[in-house]
Amino acid sequence: MSGVRVLVGTHKGAFILTSDGKRQKWDISGPHFSGWEIYHLKGSPVDPNRLFASQCSGWFGQIIQRSDDGGKTWTQPGTPPGESTTGPGGMPKAESNKFVYDVSAESGKPLTTHMWYDGTQHPWEFKRVWHIEPSLTDPDTVYAGVEDAALFRSTDGGKNWHELSGLRGHGTGPKWQPGAGGMCLHTVILDKSDPNRIYIAISAAGAFRTDDGGKTWRPINKGLVSPYIPEPRAEVGHCVHHVAMNPSRPGVLFMQKHWDVMRSDNSGDSWTEVSGNLPTDFGFVIDVHAHEPETIYVVPIKSDGEHFPLDGKLRVYRSRTGGNEWEELSKGLPQRDSYVNVLRDAMAIDTLDKCGVYFGTTGGQVYASADAGDNWAPIAEHLPAVLSVEVQTLP
Amino acid sequence: MIRVVLPGHLRTLAHVSAEVQVHVDGPVTQRSVLDALEAQYPMLRGTIRDHVTQERRPFLRFFACEEDYSLQPPDTLLPEAIASGSEPLLIIGAIAGG
Repeated sequence: MSGVRVLVGTHKGAFILTSDGKRQKWDISGPHFSGWEIYHLKGSPVDPNRLFASQCSGWFGQIIQRSDDGGKTWTQPGTPPGESTTGPGGMPKAESNKFVYDVSAESGKPLTTHMWYDGTQHPWEFKRVWHIEPSLTDPDTVYAGVEDAALFRSTDGGKNWHELSGLRGHGTGPKWQPGAGGMCLHTVILDKSDPNRIYIAISAAGAFRTDDGGKTWRPINKGLVSPYIPEPRAEVGHCVHHVAMNPSRPGVLFMQKHWDVMRSDNSGDSWTEVSGNLPTDFGFVIDVHAHEPETIYVVPIKSDGEHFPLDGKLRVYRSRTGGNEWEELSKGLPQRDSYVNVLRDAMAIDTLDKCGVYFGTTGGQVYASADAGDNWAPIAEHLPAVLSVEVQTLP
Repeated sequence: MIRVVLPGHLRTLAHVSAEVQVHVDGPVTQRSVLDALEAQYPMLRGTIRDHVTQERRPFLRFFACEEDYSLQPPDTLLPEAIASGSEPLLIIGAIAGG
């Protein structure tokens, strides 16, 4: 029988929740990397037992961990304890936790500045990895979206990382600005129909797309309107919170912006608002049903100043029409005194039939629905604040 | 051998349970001890000193024989008691926040 593995990153470690295909009984392992912030974990679609984790700390910096046995054991790629860090030529053998912006004359871009909160220019500084996206075809290739915003790639299983500097060097960098969480590249979407196409999103710069494997990028923010920035329809500067895509329809994208839920039917070339009857269109997560590409999910949050559900009622909203018409999903979710948030990478959907939907809260709960959102139940209730949730559907 | 006490998070990362010992050839300084430490425990690279600048991470401090060496130049000689192994070099994380 098939099963699922839910990968949960929290403020104080990682947890792995497993169940069979019924998704009724759950085993929890962890905390892994106890005491560290785990911004994101994700498994390789090619080799589901290969997992990558972003482990970080304000004290000790950024670490990348990898498991090749489904999360039972973890190592930093290329740095086994007790072995020399350099090869025969004196060159470093691997530097799995080294993220350095590429400013080389051959491939890089000058390390320019971006806009600071007060409108002045500020130098680019690496802080952490927000999102890890393993390749759809190669278990050794993996992408990392980082703060300050840039995209890195490893082609050796996470041992060494190199920036795809065409994004940071796009030329609009001086107009990029940190959101409240920092200037993070938080969304990386790979397109199985076109290996050269990658979508990314940055808070607060907007969404970008490459069609040549990461060499050159263009902003794809036409149609976004943000009244709270100096130029509401600017090419860049929008606070995009998350973008999602169903792999069967790679040209259709759904976006939860700071305010507004948006969709694009032309690979991001233009966007239209589909907030419709949502009680509030502020939020962080958005995701798409595994088998119904017009069915999408959001968790409405009251406002940018009050990051919790309306009226203390935790509710997912589902649209079966690709937006505009939304239904409330609340069976099994707390309907009073719930003042948690659901962060941008904290929702995931499995590919079983019916598909399972999962999300985690800043209150440490992970909720699951085994019937595409109709009914919910907590599968973990007292974890540290949840930063990210991913799910793997196992054979 | 030089004795080094790591903060708890880095002990976990290095898979050690208590203080560690490293061998240093030549003068015993912050730099030479950290070089030896990172060679023996490569997973610590970048966690105590910045990868690129090699500067101490701001929330870490270095103490030797009850003296704070954090602001000393990295090639300053550490006390004889550290070089002889009778006292450990303490690497301490700032107590701040959660």
